[in-house]
Amino acid sequence: MFLLLRQLERIRRQQRLPRGPRRSLALRHVDAGSCNGCEHELGAVINPFHDLQRHGLDIVASPRHADVLLVTGALTTRMAGPLRTAYDAMPEPRLVAALGDCALGRNLLGSPEDLLGALEAVLPVDIRIPGCPPTPDAIAEHLLAALARM
Amino acid sequence: MSEIERVAAPAWRAAIERALAGGERFGGAWASGPRGHASWRALLISEEQARVVSCAPVAGEIETIVDLVEMAAFDEREAHDLHGLEFAGHSPMRALVAHPPDPARWMTPVSGDGVHQVAVGPVHAGVIESGHFRFHVVGERILAMDLRLFYKHRGLERAAEGLRAEDALAHAGRACAACSVTNTVAYAQALESARGQLPDRALRVQRTVLLELERLYNHLHDIGAVCAGVGFAPGAMAFAALKDRAQQLNARAFAHRFLFDTVHVGGGTAPLDRARRADALESLRELRADSASAWRELEFTGSLQARLEGIGVLGAADARRLGAVGPAARAAGISEDVRSWSPGLAYEGFRPASPPSPTGDAGARLRLRASELEATYELLEGLLEEPLAAGTLSAGRTVRTLGVGRVESPRGATVCIVELDGERVARLHLRSGSYANWPALAHATAGGLLPDFPLINKSFELCYACVDR
Repeated sequence: MFLLLRQLERIRRQQRLPRGPRRSLALRHVDAGSCNGCEHELGAVINPFHDLQRHGLDIVASPRHADVLLVTGALTTRMAGPLRTAYDAMPEPRLVAALGDCALGRNLLGSPEDLLGALEAVLPVDIRIPGCPPTPDAIAEHLLAALARM
Repeated sequence: MSEIERVAAPAWRAAIERALAGGERFGGAWASGPRGHASWRALLISEEQARVVSCAPVAGEIETIVDLVEMAAFDEREAHDLHGLEFAGHSPMRALVAHPPDPARWMTPVSGDGVHQVAVGPVHAGVIESGHFRFHVVGERILAMDLRLFYKHRGLERAAEGLRAEDALAHAGRACAACSVTNTVAYAQALESARGQLPDRALRVQRTVLLELERLYNHLHDIGAVCAGVGFAPGAMAFAALKDRAQQLNARAFAHRFLFDTVHVGGGTAPLDRARRADALESLRELRADSASAWRELEFTGSLQARLEGIGVLGAADARRLGAVGPAARAAGISEDVRSWSPGLAYEGFRPASPPSPTGDAGARLRLRASELEATYELLEGLLEEPLAAGTLSAGRTVRTLGVGRVESPRGATVCIVELDGERVARLHLRSGSYANWPALAHATAGGLLPDFPLINKSFELCYACVDR
């Protein structure tokens, strides 16, 4: 355990990530039909190289606790219902982020009868994070910009 | 590889039975052709080759083989839902890809005193892919678990039909980010084998390097995920950092953290210049030392180790019966790895991991990944000693309409079938290591405790994306 903590401490020293302003944004993620790339990178934003939590950004377990719904993937017909349920469960005011090219409707692959198209067609999108998948840095940058706008 | 051998519908079962009795193993089955007139085909694998048998169902119906090969259950259910095939004797035919509202259509009937259900997903509490688990429990004891996957079904295979073979590669690649190299190499192998082409040494080396880089970040991720599954934060974060370093290396060497678009059909990607190769080697050596010491720490962390023993046991007999592959099978003592027979890649002399105590529990799967990490570092350091050239293909073998690619992904044997109609794809079928392993995960969960499920799940760490496609 000591050694693990020392490795983590070393990265922390090397990275010297600056602290952010004292604000917060609670994020809830819904995978609406992704390749799992966006999930991997969203998971990486809390690793020691990026540590998004220092900016007050955190991923929460329930849409009821969330300010932002982060939606990934090509929006399959089978995920339309669960996505709507998650959105409806969020308190107002709420924001929706399209995370990755698929959610933005770019370069979609799949059969038209299995897909609903871009997220925009289903929910109002406030934050657009392009990339296939967007890097952890790109995810952080767009979310921090949204935080600054509020 | 793989001339199609046609059998008459009434002889289908007997053909499969004879193949199994002769020592061949089931490697997947798929429907091919228009709905209502689809053929039904199976891949049969023996020591060093694979062959395809095919039949034409009569009025859309064919005899089931699930009583002969239980691992064919997913394949038959998928063909039923997507291609409308009926399987005589497969009863009840539970929905797999389709999502009927009636619980009786997809769930195991479980009843008794105090039995209740716990529904989890498709939206989970963490950053996880979408899928639904229905636990039948008494108190905290899990009696059975039903899976409802395919929430992420994008129809990728169908969308690939009719495309130029070069363009359909993307459909295999985008099926899953974490297995993107595996799936595209399997696709390329399938296509090239249909075209009678063989990769040269440079191309074999390049694809092997990419495959092992994919395994590296996945295994690091999966070890961290087990730590997260028991709430051991220092281990989870240390391995998340190691995984990130492996992905940073991918980005520096091949311009993408997940190595997207590095595998092509008919040739290789841009060669790695001297400076980038030296950087990759140095980073790998540092990573190897740090991951070895982080792993030693996990081994000596009593609170972690005590959580792993006897949890989510998958024994050898069940692993074989259910068709488990990859680390899950090897941790149960089935010492099989597609890498040990991959003439299209550079794995000469490779020996599958064979753990001293294959207990088949969460601990065994974790230890297996750690030992395979070492093998991956060893392979990569060896392969990167020589310059990495772009590589090419030689023609000359028989051209066929169907090709098979088999590649070991971080989660196990992945099969890709490509059927051609001239230069266009008539059928693309991807049977990933995760697809093969989900029934084994469901089996290993039964009898365990509900609070142990995150750990059991993480110890398999299966993808949803390349199952759902």
